[in-house]
Amino acid sequence: MIHTRKLTKNFTVKKETIEAVKGVDIDVAPGELVAFLGPNGAGKSTTLRMLTTLLRPTSGTATVAGVDVSADPAGVRARIGYIGQGNGGGHSFRVIDEMMMQGRFYGMNTTDAAARAQELLQSLDLTDLAKRTVIKLSGGQRRRMDVALGLMHSPRLLFLDEPSTGMDPQNRANLWEHIMRMRAEHGTTIVLTTHYMDEADSMSERVIVIDHGRIIADDTAARLKANLAGDLLAVEVATESAPSVRGLLGRAAAGGEVQENTHDGVVSFRLRLPEGARLAPALLKEMNDAGAPAQSLELKPPTLDDVFLELTGRNLREGADR
Amino acid sequence: MSVQDVRDVVKRPGLVQVLHDTKYVFWREMLLPLRDPFSLIFSLLQPLVFLGLFGPLLGSTVGAPAFGGQSTLQWFLPGVVVMIALFGTSMTGSNLQYELMTGSYERILASPLSRSSLMIGRALKEWAPLVVQGLLISLVCIPFGFVFYPLHVLFGLVILGIFGIGLGALSYALALVSQNKEWIFWGVQQTLLFPLMILSGIMLPIEAGPDWMKTASWFNPLTYLVNAERELFAGNIGGHTLLGLLAASVTAAVGLVVGVRAINRNIS
Repeated sequence: MIHTRKLTKNFTVKKETIEAVKGVDIDVAPGELVAFLGPNGAGKSTTLRMLTTLLRPTSGTATVAGVDVSADPAGVRARIGYIGQGNGGGHSFRVIDEMMMQGRFYGMNTTDAAARAQELLQSLDLTDLAKRTVIKLSGGQRRRMDVALGLMHSPRLLFLDEPSTGMDPQNRANLWEHIMRMRAEHGTTIVLTTHYMDEADSMSERVIVIDHGRIIADDTAARLKANLAGDLLAVEVATESAPSVRGLLGRAAAGGEVQENTHDGVVSFRLRLPEGARLAPALLKEMNDAGAPAQSLELKPPTLDDVFLELTGRNLREGADR
Repeated sequence: MSVQDVRDVVKRPGLVQVLHDTKYVFWREMLLPLRDPFSLIFSLLQPLVFLGLFGPLLGSTVGAPAFGGQSTLQWFLPGVVVMIALFGTSMTGSNLQYELMTGSYERILASPLSRSSLMIGRALKEWAPLVVQGLLISLVCIPFGFVFYPLHVLFGLVILGIFGIGLGALSYALALVSQNKEWIFWGVQQTLLFPLMILSGIMLPIEAGPDWMKTASWFNPLTYLVNAERELFAGNIGGHTLLGLLAASVTAAVGLVVGVRAINRNIS
């Protein structure tokens, strides 16, 4: 559905060239649900805007829905749907008017457009606001309307740029329900950008991590976490047990870092352990056998934030700065 | 469950697609005045005020000979109509500026609508009220000695529509170029509009001015447009009409080329 080769975008700002996207290769098969994850300024949106013909690539190629973005941008636009970061609805227009016109823009007839609009208004909780002027909507309501506009013509390939920013959890869930239903019914291919790691984690089958204009990882969320991060294990023991536990954990970490902290006669150890959930029971038994029982134990599965930290040495949320 | 299955938008051959898309862009824009009719009522009053207050002064200061034997009203009314067209369609970009800021321009840019239809549809929305305005002021002026030739006037309005597409597209391009610097749009629009107007003889006959002004007016497409409208409103079709139609068509072609370039430049 999408194939890019060495796709590159440079911006020139005050005679200085900024490489926003540095030659990315992306392949997305029909029906996939892919999230571009990365900090602000990483190049996610720029990549998305090149794929939707809103930006012309500096070099490299991109084929979207079988059409080359540079050779036939209009052909690409006829085959995709796009929900951008801004407010898609014109602020001076009424909600229902904009939705109907959106349908007409995409060649739907009035009957189909009206039925589809009602369906979307209802499930995105906008029915009562249909005749409201867009500028009078709250931020969350406007965002829902943006989504409704993007879904009007049921595209077979849908791009979403930071779709759930500014939505409350309830409506975020509704949005995802909609996206998932479209996928189930039509096999829609979906590509989105997000800086919410939990969203990328729970919703996407495949996560492409982008940083400084490059793809630094591309896999399922589960595999990324298992391969790159591992579970976080925290163990507390009495001071006298510390030396034997230190040795045990050092061996279990297999070269990984073991942090140690002493306070009030208790020593706490923290380490990353691949497959920690599987190894922890045996580890506890070994500690008991050594006469150094754990006073408490905490095991946390890794998040995509941990993956990003592992890949870049930076936290995802504060990662925007170079 | 869903009312339509996933499908691609059917693309039609060149000009048919542009006409089809223009219809919907125009329609969307027209929803603004239609949902808020007060703006329409005020726009109808404006030319009447101008005609009522400026017309009598013109007649007494310049004198009848400058108008080629016509009554002041017959000479001045087509000028007012051109002026409304000028003010209206040169505003095309100003309404776009707002949408550039919010993101609805981007949403529409990602849709399959053809580039030129985005400009033509918007320009025609600024032109549409003129049809009502032009006919209305013509009717109102009949009791004051204005002779109304409906078909000629309609043809005159069509020529203004063609010109308006060009000016509207240029205004659209100006809005794109001055994105995030809105004052530039207004600065350029105002700076260009008034010299163009005065040098076309819209308000005062250019024949009364010095030679350099007459020479300058030859290079102003608006001059040919104003002459064409005067000829048509007087009930004649001749050389001026033809030149006016030509000037309007050239303006439209130049405007659309510049406009499409501006759209494409904006995404690079």
